[in-house]
Order: sequence, then structure tokens, then C-alpha cells
Amino acid sequence: MSATADHPRPVPRAEAAAPVDGRLMLSLPTIHCAGCISRVERALEGAPGVNSARVNLTLKRAAIEADADVTAEDLVSVLAGAGYEAHELDPGVLAATDADPGARDLLMRLAVAGFAMMNVMLLSVAVWSGADGVTRDMMHWISAAIVLPAIVFTGKPFYVNAWSALRAGHLNMDVPISLAILLAVGTSLYETMLSGEYAYFDAAISLTFFLLAGRYLDYRTRASARSAAQELAALEVPRAVRLRDGVEETVGVADLIPGDVVLVRPGGRIPVDGLVALGNSEIDRALMTGESLPAFAGPGHAVSAGEVNLTGPLRITVTAAGKDTSLHRIADLVAIAESGRSRYTSLADQAAKLYAPGVHILAAVAAVGWYLYTWDLRIALNIAAAVLIITCPCALGLAVPAVTTAASGRLFRKGMLIKDGTAMERLAEVDTVVFDKTGTLTLGAPQPVGLDRLSETEAKVALGLAQGSSHPLAQALVTGLSGPAAPLSNLHEVPGFGVEAIWNDTPVRLGRAAWVGAEAPDVTATFLQIGDGAPVALTFTDSLRPGAAEALRGLRANGLRVLLISGDTHGAVRRFADEIGIEEVMAEALPADKAARIATLSDAGAKVLMVGDGLNDTAALAAAHVSISPASALDAARVASDMVLLGQDLAPIAEAFDVAVKARARIRENFTIATVYNVVAVPIAIAGFATPLAAALAMSASSITVSLNALRLK
Amino acid sequence: MNVLVILIPVSLFLGGLGLLAFFWMLRKGQFDDPDGDANRILRSDYDDKPKT
Repeated sequence: MSATADHPRPVPRAEAAAPVDGRLMLSLPTIHCAGCISRVERALEGAPGVNSARVNLTLKRAAIEADADVTAEDLVSVLAGAGYEAHELDPGVLAATDADPGARDLLMRLAVAGFAMMNVMLLSVAVWSGADGVTRDMMHWISAAIVLPAIVFTGKPFYVNAWSALRAGHLNMDVPISLAILLAVGTSLYETMLSGEYAYFDAAISLTFFLLAGRYLDYRTRASARSAAQELAALEVPRAVRLRDGVEETVGVADLIPGDVVLVRPGGRIPVDGLVALGNSEIDRALMTGESLPAFAGPGHAVSAGEVNLTGPLRITVTAAGKDTSLHRIADLVAIAESGRSRYTSLADQAAKLYAPGVHILAAVAAVGWYLYTWDLRIALNIAAAVLIITCPCALGLAVPAVTTAASGRLFRKGMLIKDGTAMERLAEVDTVVFDKTGTLTLGAPQPVGLDRLSETEAKVALGLAQGSSHPLAQALVTGLSGPAAPLSNLHEVPGFGVEAIWNDTPVRLGRAAWVGAEAPDVTATFLQIGDGAPVALTFTDSLRPGAAEALRGLRANGLRVLLISGDTHGAVRRFADEIGIEEVMAEALPADKAARIATLSDAGAKVLMVGDGLNDTAALAAAHVSISPASALDAARVASDMVLLGQDLAPIAEAFDVAVKARARIRENFTIATVYNVVAVPIAIAGFATPLAAALAMSASSITVSLNALRLK
Repeated sequence: MNVLVILIPVSLFLGGLGLLAFFWMLRKGQFDDPDGDANRILRSDYDDKPKT
């Protein structure tokens, strides 16, 4: 399923206009090393019309400056020749993520906080090692001079969030953070004015630094999830070729109305529901229904959006556009399934819910207690500040983002994009896996079987005929048959039926069963007829996706239940399931059946992972606890799923499950570390023994422990 | 102790230079592809300056 120009999508996007001239973007899911960079750049720069090419290994993309007439398809095939998988991306949609201002802003604040922290720490070391009197005051004043502007600038994200939460009458993590920072700086300034012994400038700024680090990691994970969604939206561009008074014009799918005539070329996806007005062809319904056999389409046949036209150009009269298409009805199913999905509360949110009120109560109790005990507001405020600093979630703020960054980085290197922030946590809970067949466990590309049963003549003629067509079955034959082709004359394709030619004055044909007068079998097959002889069946199987067996083995090894639900016929599904070793199967499932089956499983308490690629899977993908689709899936399916496989290989699914389970374990360990640290440190702070040195040590130690623990995932 | 009057401003100034250099690198997009840059130094093809 290459990225061709005319694809439908459930939600029309106005901004998907014509691509920017001369600048192309390709997604390269399989690159991973220095050699790949060189080979890809050399291959691209060697292509005609390309001025320069630059690979970004971090994002696994290539940006290409080329003449306006160079198309992405040309470059994709150039790269396929060099051995790299590539997909077209829409540069217009990607422009937003190109220079991410949010990440840069956070990184800049992080740098300022780091700079201020290092300098203040340096000055603080002098104080800790015994400076007193005027020297100590001077150190405190210089610290104040550095920290005050720095804290105003660097803490802004926290203040803004805290303020908007307070105004809305909520409490979030940022409220205690802002309070701790401001209270610590305030009391320290007051202490400095009074030549006091303790100032928490270093603690306040290093708190900000660690929290900003966590915030930055968190932002990056979210941004990469968001850019994943954008990248997917960018993979296919929804346009159609409309014929008006014999003139072809390219328009957005959203602008089509019933009665329009659209032209769909071979290889293109049908953008609307309609009736064939002119032309014969075969259409591939695999993405819509899961059927693996191509179906015939001629004048008067109904076709629906999402199907792929295989052999001949078709003119289609639009009968339904927009909300009335079968595509949109499936989108409605998705919406229903999504509304039924329970809202998942992430581990971080659960922790924050306990944490924010707890800290305030603790600090308030400490302050009031000390005030009643000493009747000294200065001591009470100092203790409250110390409690807030000690409890402040350095470890908590880093615990989750550090782990998710490490985990999603690892999965991205394996070729898996995570679209949803909580997908990893949900994946860790999965106990049942449901696979779709066509296009998911299989490549959706046919492979000929039993070619050695053909006689030498038959093989030569079949090869010669197959070379005359771009039909997927013919292409598969060309790959499967070796040796010389028979010399044919007058070779031509009959769209929708097959190819015919003259060989040694004998007419020869390769094509559909009905065309050569044979009985249609229940497997994918094409027929060869030489002269008036009996037609010979050439049968095909759908080849297994690489890594499918490994993925199944890996998932089973983890004790997961595996099911196969397909829209294909009983016979085909059964045969395939036996071959790959899945016991529980359901065949001829309509889109609603699939979603219903998932719902039944969920109601029985199962946490279902759905892996599917077709439009008929979208409702099931949305209904499942967590879902994965391959990059070759229709965009509606990718939009509905939480994770996307960038390459062809299915093996990362089992790996993703492992990583998710490990990531959840690390997050829990990190929470435990943070809790233990608080349990030890809070009594010390409340008792009034928390010196600035103790606070600095405890804070750094816990943050570093948590980060190192997260890094173990790599 | 008087030497601190010189040393502290000097350390702040040098740190500030580092900070400015970091801002410049950030603006120039030198952190856009860390994995790629780490791998590019291992390539055998010679390039005397980075391509833009």
C-alpha cells in the first residue's frame, strides 16, 4: 500500500493543500547506523533532480531539496533499490514540529537553571564548609542576586500552571512546587537580610532544575507522541481527481458532491462511495473487509471508499460523499467504541492525586505546630519551607517521565511509534491479544505456490504474459518464475480480466477464472490458458509478515491469550490459523462483529490488545484497551490505534509488551524510592534538623537514583 | 579572602559565556539530531564542513 495521492480520510483537513514545491520529506523506519545515513544520502543525491538530501537519524526522516517535478514516489523506489523502506510525509503538516518552540523554551530555562544552580552551589559549598559572619552574608547576597532573576525566569512554567489551576479551583502538582520555590526564596531572602545562618537559595534553584528536567522529558515524550500523530496524518494526502467537462482537476475529497465523476488510476485508492461509470478493473477490498481475493468491478458495480483499484482506470460516479460514505459510517462506529472506552488514569496522575493535598497539609501542620511551640513566625515559616522543599517531588516529577522517555526511545529504535502517552502503561496490563489476518499477520501481498508443477512451456508463457501487467498477482508471478519468457506478440491487458497475447499463432491468456472459462476456486488464483486447452490454475497464498511468528511466540511465552478475527472466508482463515498455530478464530466478521467481540472480551474482564490494519478493524481498534496498527494500515486505522509499527516487521509487538511491563515495574520502583526517601526525610524536616546541606544532598541523591533506575531500561 | 572579589565575577562571567554558547547552539539547531550527529562522525566519507 504505497502512499498514493488519492486517499480518503474520515476527517477532512483543509490544510492538506498541495505540497511545498521542491521540498520533500520521507519517513525511513529502518535506518539505524552511520552506514545507513551515507547510503541513503548517496542514493538520494544520485537520483536525478535531487539537489541535496539530509537524513535526521533521531527522527528517522530525510529532508530532500529537489526540483519541482521530482515526486516522492520516485525517491521511495530509489530507496527501495538501495534496500531501505520509505514512506512519503506531508511537509506542510510536519512544519509545525520541525522547530519545536515549546521544547526549546523548556531547554533554555533548564540551561539557565543549571547555570544558576552550579554557581550557587559553588558559593554554598563555602558556607557549608564554615564561612561565617560577613563572608557568609556576602555569599548569601551573591546567591540571592543570581537566584532571584533566575527563579523568576526558570520557574515560569510552574507558576503559570499553578495559577491557572488555582483560578479554576483545582490543586495540581505545580501548586506545591510553586509554593515551595517561592516560600524558600522568600524566607531565604528574609534570613539573608537578618544575617541568618540558613538560606535555601541552592535548594530552591536545584529543585527548579530537577523539576524542569522532568518537565522537559515529559514534554518531549508528549511532543513525539503528537508528532507521531502528525507524521501519520502526513503519510497520506486526501485528494481525488475529478473529471469535469473532460478536464481532470485535483480536488480535496471533502469538496466532492454526489454526481461528480472521479477518475481512479490503477494503484490508487477509491476516495468515495460510488458506481463505476466507465472502465473495467479489479479491486482489492482487503482494507475494507479483510477479503484477500480481488473482486471484479465493471460499469454499474458499486465500489466504496477505501478500496484499491488494481488494473484498469475507473471512472466513478459519486453516490455518497462526506457523512454518507461507508467510510464515515465506520468512523461513527469508532466514535461509539471510543466513548465506551473507560478513561484511563495514569500512574503519575494517581500519585499526584495523593501527593498534592498531602504535602500542603504536612507543611501547614508543621508551620502551625512550630508557631504554637515557639510563637516565632520566622522559625515556623523556615520549617514550612524546608518541609515543602524536602517533600517536593523531584523524584516524583522525574520518576515517570524518565522511564517513559527511556522506554519510548527504545521502542522507537525498534520501529514503533507511540501515539498516546498512557499507551505504554495500558499495554503492560494486556492479557489477551486479538489479531486481524489480511494485511496484519500477512503482508496482503500474494505469493505463488506450486509453480514447479507447471510445464516448461506453461512457465515461459505465463512469465511472458505476467510481464505485461502491473496487477499484483502478475507481479508476484514475475518474481516467482525464473528463466526466459516466451516471445509474445500483440501483448495487451484487458482491464478487469487479465492479459492476452499471441504466442506462435496461438492466443494465450492469463486472468480471471470466468474469463478463461474455469470454475472460480476459494483461494486466490489466476488462470493460464494456451489456445483452446484447459485452463491451468496458478494459486497464491498471502505471505506471512516478517516477525509474525516471533511476535506470536513472544506473546505466548508471556502467557497471553491469542485470537484471530478476520473478515475473510472461513476456509481461508481456518487454513491460515492452522498454519500459524492460533486456536481461537472468528471468520467473516463484519466491522461491528469485531468491535462486539472485543467488547465481550472486555466485559469478561480481559484487557485486550487489538492489532489490525483495515477500515473494518478501526472500531475494534478503538474499542480495545490498547491497539497497534502497521504503517501500511489505512490512516483511519492508524488514527484509531495507540501505537504504530513503522516497518514491516511484527516482532516489535512482543518486544513492546516486554518493555511496557518493565517500564511499569520501573515506574513503581521509582515511586517506592521517592516514598522511602520522603518517609526518611520528612520527619527530619519537621523536626527542624534539615539544614540546606541536608536538603541539597537528599534532593540530588533521590533525583539521581530515580534517573539511573529509569536508565536501566535501555 | 580578597581574591574572591575577582574570582566570583570571573566564574560568573565564564559560566555566562558557556550559557550564551548553549543558547547559540540551540538556535542553530545543533540539538535537532543527536543520534545522527553521533553516527556521522563514524562515516568514512570526508566532509570538511557540515551540510546545511
